[in-house]
Amino acid sequence: MKKIRIGCGSGGCSYERLEPAIELVEKGNIDYLIFECLAERTIAEAQRKKIDDPETGYNPMLEERMRIFLPLMKKHGFKIVSNMGAANTPAAIRKILSIAREEGITGLKIASVIGDDITKMLPMYADMPLWDSTQPLSTLEHITSANVYLGADAITEALDQGADIVITGRIADPSLFVGPILHEFHWDYSERDKIGQALLVGHMMECCAQLTGGYYADPGYKDVPDLHRLGHPIAQIDEEANVLFTKPEGSGGMVCVDICKEQLLYEIGDPTYYITPDAIADFGHVCFRQAGKDVVIASGATSHPATDTYKVNISYLDGFIGVGEISFGGTNARNRAVLAADTIQKRWQIIGITPQEYRIDYIGHNSLYGDTISEHIHQGSFSEIRLRIAVRTKTRSDASRLIREVQCMYINGPAGSAGIECTVKPVLAVENILVPKTDVNYHICWEEI
Amino acid sequence: MKLKEIAHLRTGDKGNACNICVIPYDEKDYPLIKERLTAERVAEYYQDICRGTVTRYEIDTLCAVNFVLTKALGGGVTRSLCQDRHGKSLGMALAEMEL
Repeated sequence: MKKIRIGCGSGGCSYERLEPAIELVEKGNIDYLIFECLAERTIAEAQRKKIDDPETGYNPMLEERMRIFLPLMKKHGFKIVSNMGAANTPAAIRKILSIAREEGITGLKIASVIGDDITKMLPMYADMPLWDSTQPLSTLEHITSANVYLGADAITEALDQGADIVITGRIADPSLFVGPILHEFHWDYSERDKIGQALLVGHMMECCAQLTGGYYADPGYKDVPDLHRLGHPIAQIDEEANVLFTKPEGSGGMVCVDICKEQLLYEIGDPTYYITPDAIADFGHVCFRQAGKDVVIASGATSHPATDTYKVNISYLDGFIGVGEISFGGTNARNRAVLAADTIQKRWQIIGITPQEYRIDYIGHNSLYGDTISEHIHQGSFSEIRLRIAVRTKTRSDASRLIREVQCMYINGPAGSAGIECTVKPVLAVENILVPKTDVNYHICWEEI
Repeated sequence: MKLKEIAHLRTGDKGNACNICVIPYDEKDYPLIKERLTAERVAEYYQDICRGTVTRYEIDTLCAVNFVLTKALGGGVTRSLCQDRHGKSLGMALAEMEL
């Protein structure tokens, strides 16, 4: 029976470890290597870089990766699918071509998927409601980017036409995996269970090492072997949609049922209704079974027909956040930190600037959970406390002026203050809307080397 | 007995919502978790943090429950003033709950 193996070389961040991806290629016997590199805000940040330099805006590790993996592709015969194009897929392709020339690599077809950027179309959607508020899109000022989460179709199409490398911008994370699966097995979306299993592969794999022991280790409770050599995951899927998850032999970490359960429910709301552009995944009856060391069989996923809309990620400038931190030591540390916080707030009144919103936290005591839970967990006294003050303001100068009161604490504050660190940054916030799929036209561009 | 003695958790974020899945180490403890770890108790526990609602989803084939806490991340990862903007540490707080 025909089966394919898909490895994941990167999970949802601009930066990722390189060694496990090389290990996937050399020891994992994979047909596809996927690099998923886009968090929610990545494109917005890349878009800003592109304004300064039109040849940037793609993934910062693209060049390093291509120098390693282009030669390995020729040696091992796998294909690469990735959203490393970020905000500038054409520039990413130009960079790949120049690296190929320098390295003397030939005989590869490179496809790029263009069309996720719909910033110019936004005026059409002024009345569209935003997800995280009741307001319409028109209430957002200073929009910097708008990108549709495209689906697997574009990738399948590119692979069907012979692509060895497919580079995209914004695309739904699971779709990076569903694309190659549909190319290999030609399933129709009406085959609900098979599509469900394909989406299961995509969802489980998209966070990479979170399936092999990353984000899991908890000494004494959940021990993970050789976390420092954590391997990256491999999904194997056959033409009957039988799925198993594993990792390269000899790598660190582990693949077990408990990790699979955690990852299935990671960033999921209703597990029976997980909306992707390809279909609505239904993971409500998924089962995992340990079939050997570091081998888990996954079954029971299904799907419902896709919606007729795409999710759009919209970034906009939303004022400034200033953060100031300062540490105190000794058994009276908490009282001195509280005195510092009170003093700073009184000085804000003296200078006459009020933040739109602010938070005062005591790192080491309540910065993660607030007072009620922290007091429930906490036992005994503190040996050190770090005061953290965060403010939201409309202007950079207001944030700087408020946070300056933290910067002045060494000389003007309580005894024994230490380690002052302050930052003021513009806020690049993200919102989402839905747009009709029929409004969005992607296309594929080709290069051959 | 604290929840961490019988179950492990993973926390994720979507916009301004946080999800925390709770998985017993031994599937025999699943009925106990379903009985004691109600959405109401979780909402009360996170009263300082969750400004929205708490919904519990049960996945019987996995013997796991998934809690979704809305308006729990100070506006979401991109605009939160919190040190932990993703709310990634929130599940570890639930692990400390007395069951």
